[in-house]
Amino acid sequence: MSTLIKQNLFEGFLESSFVGFEKSREEGKASFLSQGLPTLKSEEYKFTAITKKLEQSLSNLNAAKPFDLSEEEVREVIPQGFEGAVLVFSNGHLLKNRCLDINNLDFSSLSEKPETPIGSIAKVEKDAFAALNQASFDGGVFISIPKKEVVEKPILLLSFNKANEGEIISPRIWIEAGDFAEVTFISHSINKSDKPYFVNLVSEVKGGLNSQIRYYRVQNEGENAFEVSNIETNLLQDSRFTSVTLSLSGEMVRNNLSLNLLGSNSEGNMYGIYLLNGKTHVDNHTNVDHTIPHAESNELYKGILADQSRGVFNGKIFVRQDAQKTNAFQQNNNILLSNDATVNTKPQLEIWADDVKCSHGCTTGQLDEEALFYLQARGIDKIQAKGLLLFAFAGEVLEHIENESFREYCINLVQERLGSKF
Amino acid sequence: MLSIKNLHASIEGTPILRGINLEVKAGEIHAIMGPNGSGKSTLASVLAGREEYEVTEGEVIFKGKDLLELAPEDRAREGVFLAFQYPVEIPGVSSTNFLRTAVNQVREYRGLEALDAVKFLTMMKEKMKLVEIDQKLLSRSLNEGFSGGEKKRNEIFQMAMLDPTLSILDETDSGLDIDALRIVSNGVNQLKSKDNATIVVTHYQRLLDYIVPDFVHVLYKGRIVKSGTKDLALELEEKGYDWIKEAIDSEATV
Repeated sequence: MSTLIKQNLFEGFLESSFVGFEKSREEGKASFLSQGLPTLKSEEYKFTAITKKLEQSLSNLNAAKPFDLSEEEVREVIPQGFEGAVLVFSNGHLLKNRCLDINNLDFSSLSEKPETPIGSIAKVEKDAFAALNQASFDGGVFISIPKKEVVEKPILLLSFNKANEGEIISPRIWIEAGDFAEVTFISHSINKSDKPYFVNLVSEVKGGLNSQIRYYRVQNEGENAFEVSNIETNLLQDSRFTSVTLSLSGEMVRNNLSLNLLGSNSEGNMYGIYLLNGKTHVDNHTNVDHTIPHAESNELYKGILADQSRGVFNGKIFVRQDAQKTNAFQQNNNILLSNDATVNTKPQLEIWADDVKCSHGCTTGQLDEEALFYLQARGIDKIQAKGLLLFAFAGEVLEHIENESFREYCINLVQERLGSKF
Repeated sequence: MLSIKNLHASIEGTPILRGINLEVKAGEIHAIMGPNGSGKSTLASVLAGREEYEVTEGEVIFKGKDLLELAPEDRAREGVFLAFQYPVEIPGVSSTNFLRTAVNQVREYRGLEALDAVKFLTMMKEKMKLVEIDQKLLSRSLNEGFSGGEKKRNEIFQMAMLDPTLSILDETDSGLDIDALRIVSNGVNQLKSKDNATIVVTHYQRLLDYIVPDFVHVLYKGRIVKSGTKDLALELEEKGYDWIKEAIDSEATV
């Protein structure tokens, strides 16, 4: 019953006027209304009661408006040592006048690119939240890396989120990398509110022939914030996509990451760390679709959970009948630091081809007390010894960040967390 | 230096140590021998501060301080070193980083300046020679994939780096071939001085040919039932533990 009422509430929200992309919006709206919000009965949202949480926490639903930022506010949050273009978003809206070092970068607000085939990669029927975003995104960004262009320095997507209670931020990102293009994105959100707001992001990425795309994310939303992200990538022949997701905070976070390997010799890599405490709930749902022969996917997610936090990992590997000679590897490891922390982990392999190499494994355990004692017996303080062991466990994931200064930044971020709050 | 009085300890309610008395002075080497399950390793673990063991009675005074009151890391900083019977493999923690953290935390506690990278490396190179340990080994994760002998050598290497006043070697000899045993013993002997002391816990007399003890104690059923000089070890080698067991068990039944 309450879902119905809320859906009406979303309907009300959907009646507000959004500019541009009318056809896509209609499609999103229709799909959203026919799907409804996921409940715990929906297989894909079995462990993540996001609908219930949203109902409890958000009373009125409005699109969050962009707010002004000074150049200083932008500069002070850029990770130390970062060099490269900075695209600034305020509640999901591109703030063009605050972007830095954008030199030759081809980017614009999505509204300036009405012909962008949004929804052609992240399809609305796959997820109600993707449909909701397509119906109601406001602002959004279009980024294109031309053929053969090698963008040496990473591009920072800096999102400032400052929403009022019950507001929805709906970022929409379209990225296309031309043939042989190379680019690194660092997505970093800066939270400026402790209100219960909702970030509902969709990011579509198109990788051309032999393109190389790296997509790194740091998620540190406000303690009371909700986030659902749908990131989906199409990869053509010989291209490679690597994502590293570092989840640190938020009330409830759901990441849907999907890679479609559409060309032979394409490679999709998905790595992640979630360090959770308090009551934070983070759910990583990944999906890699091997549609053609000779493609490869690698996946490693590691979680450390303290207090009453909860982690969910669901890794789906789909190998179609034609996708012979597929190599697909998946691993999820967790350490629980408290009796009240929970992890639900599920590898989900569906293999229709008969000549493939697929492996998966998941473990959930506790901190190795024997190792802890060993370090203490050598004079190392208990808290520091714990931090050392936890970093040794999770740090491996960060090795997949190629950009050195950003890797260092993440290492510090993780070490700081492990040395203090765990 | 170390004074153990009427020490009782148990694990999960089962008493293992039932009244240990032992005095160790600077410059001495004590060997603790005994059959399997007599409590040798428990004694070593209790001294180092392993949490699973509960001390139910007695006291341990180390350099005038109540050792049992201290956390494991503070015992190490005070100068107690336990060479583990089974050194732990810790993937992802580099030997060098680990050791530098340990050395500097111990130095800080002792009021010494932290070593910078260069000084630390110099010290490491010098101590590595003691146990003929390869630099390559130390660039790997701590003990990961090390052979049994390499692990034990690494223990003695760590001992050299941390400069303890009381070293407890828990079955450091078990599983070593004769070459490794010689190297390990040689390291221990070179580290010996008039200011420090060593407790060698072992099942076999063989080690004591290389590390010559001043005193030998036989542990049985959680108590020291016989003490003597190194000749006692030879006697044990020849006659085994049964004669001691019998003597004690018959006493108990009387």
